Amino acid sequence: MTAPPKLSTADTPAQTPALTQAQNPSLPIGKALGALVLVSVVGLLLSVRVGPDMGLDFWRMGSDPAALQIVQDIRLPRGLGAWLAGALLGLSGALAQAVFRNPLADPYLLGSASGAALGVAWSLVAWSTVSAAGGVLAWGGVSIKLGMTGVAFIGALGAVLLTVALARGVQHTLRLLLAGVVVGVVLGALSSLLMLIKPEALLRMQSFMWGSTTYLDWVDCGLMGLVWVLCLSLAVCLGRPLDALNLGQDAAQSLGVPVGRVRAACLVLLSLATATAVAQTGLIAFVGLAAPHMVKRWLPLASRPWLVLSAGMGGVLLLLADVLSRALIAPQELPVGIMTAVLGGGYLLWLMRRPASLG
Amino acid sequence: MLLIACACAAQLWVSAASAQGIRVQDDRGVTVQWAQAPQRVVSLLPSLTESVCALGACGRLVGVDRYSNFPDQVRQLPQLGGGLDPQLERVVLLKPDVVLVALGTRVVEPLQRLGIPVLAFDTQNMADVERVLRLLQQVLNSGNADSLISTMHADIQAAADRVGPLQPKLRVYYEVSPGPYAAGPASFMGQLLSRLGADNIVQASLGAFPKLNPEFVVRANPDLILIHEAHAAGLAKRVGWTSIKALQTHRVCRFTPQQSDVLERPGPRMGQAAQMLANCMLAQPQPEKHPYPQALPKPKPSM
Repeated sequence: MTAPPKLSTADTPAQTPALTQAQNPSLPIGKALGALVLVSVVGLLLSVRVGPDMGLDFWRMGSDPAALQIVQDIRLPRGLGAWLAGALLGLSGALAQAVFRNPLADPYLLGSASGAALGVAWSLVAWSTVSAAGGVLAWGGVSIKLGMTGVAFIGALGAVLLTVALARGVQHTLRLLLAGVVVGVVLGALSSLLMLIKPEALLRMQSFMWGSTTYLDWVDCGLMGLVWVLCLSLAVCLGRPLDALNLGQDAAQSLGVPVGRVRAACLVLLSLATATAVAQTGLIAFVGLAAPHMVKRWLPLASRPWLVLSAGMGGVLLLLADVLSRALIAPQELPVGIMTAVLGGGYLLWLMRRPASLG
Repeated sequence: MLLIACACAAQLWVSAASAQGIRVQDDRGVTVQWAQAPQRVVSLLPSLTESVCALGACGRLVGVDRYSNFPDQVRQLPQLGGGLDPQLERVVLLKPDVVLVALGTRVVEPLQRLGIPVLAFDTQNMADVERVLRLLQQVLNSGNADSLISTMHADIQAAADRVGPLQPKLRVYYEVSPGPYAAGPASFMGQLLSRLGADNIVQASLGAFPKLNPEFVVRANPDLILIHEAHAAGLAKRVGWTSIKALQTHRVCRFTPQQSDVLERPGPRMGQAAQMLANCMLAQPQPEKHPYPQALPKPKPSM
């Protein structure tokens, strides 16, 4: 991905991306969307194809029920689920970067992922007590998953609000990031404490901490898909106010944008997106940070298309990382969280080595 | 009290009518049934692998987790990841009639969704080991759990007789992992130790495997420390630990990985584990060749 140097200042707020876009409207956006869709489809096909048993002939699914079951009930929901979780994280990262006008904001640095994980940990502990009575799974995984996502949402939103409160507003970048780190570490410690008190839930929590796409099923996909559509459509509605906010708080206010309400809406949306991803796949690092950056380096855009493309890019990133984690040491596989941490960390380091890029 | 409640709640439940096939309830409280004994078994926990083999059904295992290494023949089987990161797809491809897992692993739900019977077990103490053996005998319709259990008890009794009544009682600290996590009296190792007449420095109320403050161990001042050999070297380097009686008198039992497998798996080799513990309790103090606090010199690479 080679970016012309003039694009690299796109994340400085003084630049009005809307202008750049107006010069060549919709064409590059369409192309970019098309490219993302194409890569997603290729990724999904790869995801169906790549597995421990490479000899499995998925063209003969019709005649081989085992192949059909593996493709239909394991690989497809896993691939699609990975894409959706990545898309949720990408969207939430873009929202965070937009609302805080801060290129380093992401679900992790704001503490919202840790908040969501604490929510998951709490519900696992509560659930382990309930399941001892027996037969919880009988009434379907749906209610449990909904409940867990809900608790994770409360945790994520609480964490973001706490971060903002500790930073005394969103204006001061450094304070915000420090507050986010503090909140993340403290909530992470609380999760560990819960596990120490209730070792029965440790096994489950560990797989959330690693981040895993192994357990994704169609219910997860449905849940994440719904939330993604909801969050993305609401985020798109917030596109214009965010553009105005990009010019600075005062400018936005003078343009009649209800800054407070826009920010609140963004925080709710990014918490919901993060929580939904974390409750299904666990902690998956760097996707939310890297995806919006990659889009920005690629195209200077107004908020609206940038949010959409960041979501798509997040999906592509996690999907490809998942495929790679299965292919790299096949027939064994790596936890996908480890893969994204290495890849995303590497990408950001590379970005850092190019001084012009991070504004 | 807790043990009794646990044992009762998880009591295996087998239907009287054999015509209905095999019907058991696992530690989740879920009832699973088969028309006939499962012939293709996947085990995702080493102690369960050992139990299946002890019941003479090793040949029915078609896959195990990456930590299962006993008996030798299971090393030939496909390894399907660990308990935390099992490879769902490969498990499914093996078309097992039953998958045996530890209670609390996330793989249970997807397997159930894919229509593969799962039995999840929670093995904390000796009563659990016996219960699981009996239940597995019922499921696999193979082997004789009662005779395994009575052999186990005979071995444990023999070990206890060999140690005899020690006066005063040996105060022991069994470190499971360098958290430090201890094996408390409620754990199966702790139970074995008390059968052998040892006095655990950890109270039962702290749970099966409590995380301790290192200072607690120093103050408790155990006569004997049991530990994996990989972690033994660092004992004397821990602040204040050289003053512990066990280190002063060189009474530290270092277990090889193979020995630790026997000691730390709640499975059918507990009789053997008791013998090992007895050997440890009876062993003469053995100063290291390189006494504390010197570390063993590492061979330098030629480069």
